[in-house]
Amino acid sequence: MPDTVVIDIRMRGAKSSNGVDDDSVSSSKKNSHKPKYSRFTQQDLPACKPILTPGLVIASFTTVAVVFLPLGLASLFASESVVEIVDRYDKDCIPGTHSNLPLEYIQNSKSNKICTRNLIVPKLMKSPVYVYYQLDNFYQNHRRYVRSRSDKQLQSKASENDVSNCKPEDLVDGKPIVPCGLVAWSLFNDTYNFKVENKALEVNKKDIAWRSDKERKFGSDVYPINFQAGSLIGGGSLNSSIPLSEQEDLMVWMRTAALSTFRKLYGRIETDLQANDVIEVQIQNNYNSYGYGGKKRLVLSTTTWIGGKNNSLGIAYIFIGGLNLLLAISFILIFVFKPRPLGDPSYLSWNKQATISSN
Amino acid sequence: MKRFVYINDDESPTQELYCDNRISNRKYTLLNFLPKNLWEQFSRFMNQYFLLIACLQLWSLITPVNPASTWGPLIFIFAVSATKEAWDDYNRYLSDKKANEKEVWVVRKGIKKHIQAQDIHVGNIVWLRENDEVPCDLVLIGTSDPQGLCYVETAALDGETDLKTRVIPSACMGIDSELLHKIKGVVECPNPDKDIRRFDANLRLFPPFIDNDVCPLTIKNTILQSCYLRNTEWVCGVAVYTGNETKLGMSRGVPEPKLTAMDAMIDKLTGAIFVFQIVVVIVLGIAGNVWKDTEARKKWYVLYPNEGPWYELLVIPLRFELLCSIMIPISIKVSLDLVKSLYAKFIDWDAEMIDYETGCPSHATNTAISEDLGQVEYILTDKTGTLTENKMVFRRCCISGIFYGNESGNALKDAQLLNAVASGSTDVIRFLTVMAICNTVIPVQSKTGAILYKAQSQDEDALVQAAAKLHMVLFNRSGNILETRYNASVFHYEVLETLEFTSDRKRMSVVVRDCQNGKIILLSKGADEAILPYAAAGQQTRTFSEAVEQYAQLGLRTLCLAWRELKEDEYHEWYLMFREASSTLVDREWRIAEVCQRLEHDLEVLGVTAIEDRLQDGVPETIETLRKAGINFWMLTGDKQNTAIQIALSCNFISPEPKGQLLLIDGKTEDEVSRSFERVLLTMRITTSEPKDVAFVVDGWALEILLKHYRKAFTELAILSRTAICCRVTPSQKAQLVELLKSCDYRTLAIGDGGNDVRMIQQAAIGVGISGREGLQAARAADYSIGKFRFLKRLILVHGRYSYNRTAFLSQYSFYKSLLICFIQIFFSFISGVSGTSLFNSVSLMAYNVFYTSIPVLVSVLDKDLSEEMVMQHPQILFYCQAGRLLNPSTFAGWFGRSLFHAIVVFIISINAYAYEKSEMEEVAMMALSGCIWLQAFVVTLETNSFTILQHLAIWGNLIAFYVINWIVSSIPSSGMYTIMFRLCRQPTYWITVFLIVAAGMGPILALKYFRYTYRPSKINTLQQAERLGGPILSLGNIEPQPRSLEKEVSPLSITQPKNRSLVYEPLLSDSPNTRRSLGSGTPFDFFQSQSRSSSSSYSRNCKDN
Repeated sequence: MPDTVVIDIRMRGAKSSNGVDDDSVSSSKKNSHKPKYSRFTQQDLPACKPILTPGLVIASFTTVAVVFLPLGLASLFASESVVEIVDRYDKDCIPGTHSNLPLEYIQNSKSNKICTRNLIVPKLMKSPVYVYYQLDNFYQNHRRYVRSRSDKQLQSKASENDVSNCKPEDLVDGKPIVPCGLVAWSLFNDTYNFKVENKALEVNKKDIAWRSDKERKFGSDVYPINFQAGSLIGGGSLNSSIPLSEQEDLMVWMRTAALSTFRKLYGRIETDLQANDVIEVQIQNNYNSYGYGGKKRLVLSTTTWIGGKNNSLGIAYIFIGGLNLLLAISFILIFVFKPRPLGDPSYLSWNKQATISSN
Repeated sequence: MKRFVYINDDESPTQELYCDNRISNRKYTLLNFLPKNLWEQFSRFMNQYFLLIACLQLWSLITPVNPASTWGPLIFIFAVSATKEAWDDYNRYLSDKKANEKEVWVVRKGIKKHIQAQDIHVGNIVWLRENDEVPCDLVLIGTSDPQGLCYVETAALDGETDLKTRVIPSACMGIDSELLHKIKGVVECPNPDKDIRRFDANLRLFPPFIDNDVCPLTIKNTILQSCYLRNTEWVCGVAVYTGNETKLGMSRGVPEPKLTAMDAMIDKLTGAIFVFQIVVVIVLGIAGNVWKDTEARKKWYVLYPNEGPWYELLVIPLRFELLCSIMIPISIKVSLDLVKSLYAKFIDWDAEMIDYETGCPSHATNTAISEDLGQVEYILTDKTGTLTENKMVFRRCCISGIFYGNESGNALKDAQLLNAVASGSTDVIRFLTVMAICNTVIPVQSKTGAILYKAQSQDEDALVQAAAKLHMVLFNRSGNILETRYNASVFHYEVLETLEFTSDRKRMSVVVRDCQNGKIILLSKGADEAILPYAAAGQQTRTFSEAVEQYAQLGLRTLCLAWRELKEDEYHEWYLMFREASSTLVDREWRIAEVCQRLEHDLEVLGVTAIEDRLQDGVPETIETLRKAGINFWMLTGDKQNTAIQIALSCNFISPEPKGQLLLIDGKTEDEVSRSFERVLLTMRITTSEPKDVAFVVDGWALEILLKHYRKAFTELAILSRTAICCRVTPSQKAQLVELLKSCDYRTLAIGDGGNDVRMIQQAAIGVGISGREGLQAARAADYSIGKFRFLKRLILVHGRYSYNRTAFLSQYSFYKSLLICFIQIFFSFISGVSGTSLFNSVSLMAYNVFYTSIPVLVSVLDKDLSEEMVMQHPQILFYCQAGRLLNPSTFAGWFGRSLFHAIVVFIISINAYAYEKSEMEEVAMMALSGCIWLQAFVVTLETNSFTILQHLAIWGNLIAFYVINWIVSSIPSSGMYTIMFRLCRQPTYWITVFLIVAAGMGPILALKYFRYTYRPSKINTLQQAERLGGPILSLGNIEPQPRSLEKEVSPLSITQPKNRSLVYEPLLSDSPNTRRSLGSGTPFDFFQSQSRSSSSSYSRNCKDN
């Protein structure tokens, strides 16, 4: 039977013909920000998808081992080639009469603090030979200590009164101390004089501080004022006619150490020291390490590309290199004796007709 | 509680009483923005914590670093969220302003004036032209249409795209348009509410406008704010609700924020870290105080005073609290917010989820819950419009006992029916008449002469179109007059009353007067149980119920058509009651239903129609895939049981015998229901272990009993059963079922398309709306709106899964990096006299958390562990997300351990490499920081599964940026680390140490990962290997079992052969567990085995909950 009535069977879809397209009105808001197609929006950026194949992993472990072992040997060698003389003198520099009362001895300004030590050079020490003092059990990183300073005050005269962080060494009789704070107050003040075969050995104390400190951090117009003028005297005092920018010992001291055992540069000896030379050191033993049970050491050391004597890096390198080698070998062995194909679908539990959660 | 609106009365006090028409959606004003926004932000625990920390840092005695290191990020984070809020609010302000300043014609003092919409007051008469937007809720008093009709589009209100007719109240009928200016009267209406389907009010006009009677008003007499006037030249109406008190304004609610399972887990872990932090603080605080008293007092250079202030004991613990405060990363909230909105954007952008039929892309309304998509365990789905297209096609009918369309499957092509139509058999003609006019369809003549139908219901549309095909064409509806054309002759009908469809009545009727012979007829159509019981005594309805049964077997929607001739008196008597009922203000709907009932009886049943609602594309595949992914499906439908079962079969919801089994819970009385329920529960307990699809079927009536009396047992059943079909359920029952599953800690996803699904969608953890033919109502209430059901697969398996994986990595990584730096600080405090010194300076600390470590991890939003195709092929892999395998206390412990290990590596190596003369504080700090940055770059690299260019840029670019930034900071003389970075980079030791840290930190982790990856691979790893090595993918595809082929053959078979229905129907409904057992496994041994397996499976199920 022929269709005699013209009816659009899909009228719902054809509604737009009357100009008021209901569907599009309702969805026009969405269409207005209909997504633009880009590989980013479709999360379809080309991607590199590496997987941990045995080859890759074994190769990387081997590479690390191959690089680390020689590097470790090299730095260990470098460290071993450093010639170092370490002499602990705090105990021995107490005269026998005061051996039980070191504190009394060191705090007494009248007692003779000079102490002579003889050091034997074990091997040729090429110049420059660095002279350090080493303190043990000295917490320059203690919170109370490390923050007790005023960088602004050190930098410029204008900030002379900026002592708010410096408590308790901020003011003397209401006047600001320059340089203020516990760090400066506890300045190390032992001095060393070296002689080889009764010939004075020059120690260069120039440029022992960082250049940046001299130029920027410590002002050339800042002079010590009221320093160590309080009732309690801490460490060394400063020549108040020399600007801070030239007080290099202070700068070195004020670079606080992160560890409680640290060395600070005292100066440089710019002549070679021959093996078996005997160096006579005259120590002005001023600094009170007895009060807190610390140690003082004098260190003479040469240097290499990794710095001073420090075996830990080399050992760590060899250890890590060896460990990686071991891992690489064991992975190779496992791979050879117990191979396991990657991505084997039979490992998928649902292919084994088991419940997913059984694993 | 009523409101009296005096029409057009400029002096009336109501003008002061009610608000004007100023719309305001703004949350803030300029003045209260800052306090209100801050208050909102600080109502969260995390923010309070950070604020407390930041405030403590202002106390310089205890702060380890510059307070800026906390204040900076805090202010930044607050500024970001405040800016976002402000921007949103500003946009709302702009759109409000636009609406408020729109010019409308309003009668003022008897003259039509052009004023701004915000100045409309309650009682004003508003004039609107075609295509105008309605500025406030109006009661119509006049239109250009002589019949008093007008058409509105309510899409903005309820999302329904069809035009709706609105009619002026009878009292205003026939008032001359010139006089409308002067009309006076009072509208008595309820206080503003948000029900857009109800308006129970009365109108009384004052003299000289005749009627002193009260005229009832319904929603049909109103046009509501935000609708558009269409196809009508002009209307005028009285403003009854204005401003924010309109129906639209009242229904605007602030949805409660949803928290994902993942967020909850992150909160839990944050809490754990917080506890850990407190423990660390207490331990270190005590240790610090002890060290201070035993050691520090001996150190003269520290100069501890002998007498401290009263709070001295607290100082060190508080310092450690501040030092450890970075354990909880301040950046995590920002990072998470950022990536979550990106996940949502990816959904919006996804080209594969655009419905090309309507051009409608998917949309994530709720941007915060993408991870939950990957953890869905139950999907509760509506049937009509969700699984099916909701595109109704008339397929079969049964007229006075004769079945049409059974052979061809299409009654319109059934020669027998066409002959019957041509011969003009009375039954058939009556049947067609009911099909054509028992509805609210509006025919619209298009320019080409074709007739377009505007129907509110899909079924009506299908019926009218089918009638037209059978030569009974409804071609005009003007006012109360309907015109139909049968062959060449035109019939007129006057519609006297329309007895509307409600879901309780399940039928609709019209009372018409046949203009040819003046007879009054009642035409009804409705569900079988709403029509057949009211058939006239003596009429045999058995054939009809059989027809209904048979059609339902085929998954067709059935409607029974009936009619009755009314006597004039009967009608008039009834009419008075109807009028009275429809003007009541209280319980109007119920009263009307009752009155309608008095007319709808003794019906002469004409026949049954069967309408097909086709399955949407890809529904069976989607359901199969998602079921393989371990997601349980429940179908909740208002349809009848047989239809539901048929649809369920055809879309893989359940499998036919022998693979599947249906357990039916039914019964007429409570007793029967409970007995059948117990039987089902017993069967279910036994069969869970068998590889069988067992599903239970329950209907609304039984469900009500079960939820009331057997809630606990029903919950057990719900947990046991992977599949359920609930038919004849009401919207509130749907919501109750969601609630039930939620109470068992399952993550539920509800998907639906219609207004009846809204409650379920809002109730569920994730609501997905299909922006379909039933309007956008569901899509608006939902968290996600998609165009087609099949996009659900992609939404869950791709977007949900990736989101979960990415967030799992991102959040744990955030904790890892914070813990890493915090552990280093803690270790450092052991060598700095437990005094709470910070190793790192303020700038580094701030930049570390906010910048160095946050940027590279953000690109993990692009990471894909498996390709989309792979996931689609192996949906089972979703299990890892569902069970929360990637973020839980044990994975978190792994990250915790990793950060501890890395902290040890970095710390030990740094202080040993930089010992003695190198042990300068700033240098050691930068050394350790560099170590952390390098390690984290490698950690991100190792944990990234796929590298796009952006990832490379972020990871390695960040590393370079670290150096650039530090060089810049190092060149500022006033900064603490002046020249430090330049010095370090010149030292070979620095580089050697960096490489040592990387090798020592990553070597063991790589080894462990490789070992697990190769020898203890997770399923993800296996698939990754398969995918990336290329080869085995093909074989994988082949291995996959394909049970579909079997079902495909079976289900159409059952559809085309009604005789075969026993296959799908009766055997599915087993009676007793005894028969089941013998069916399932032969020997007792087998039985025990299966029992034990069942316990293990339930165990594993419990496991995955934690």
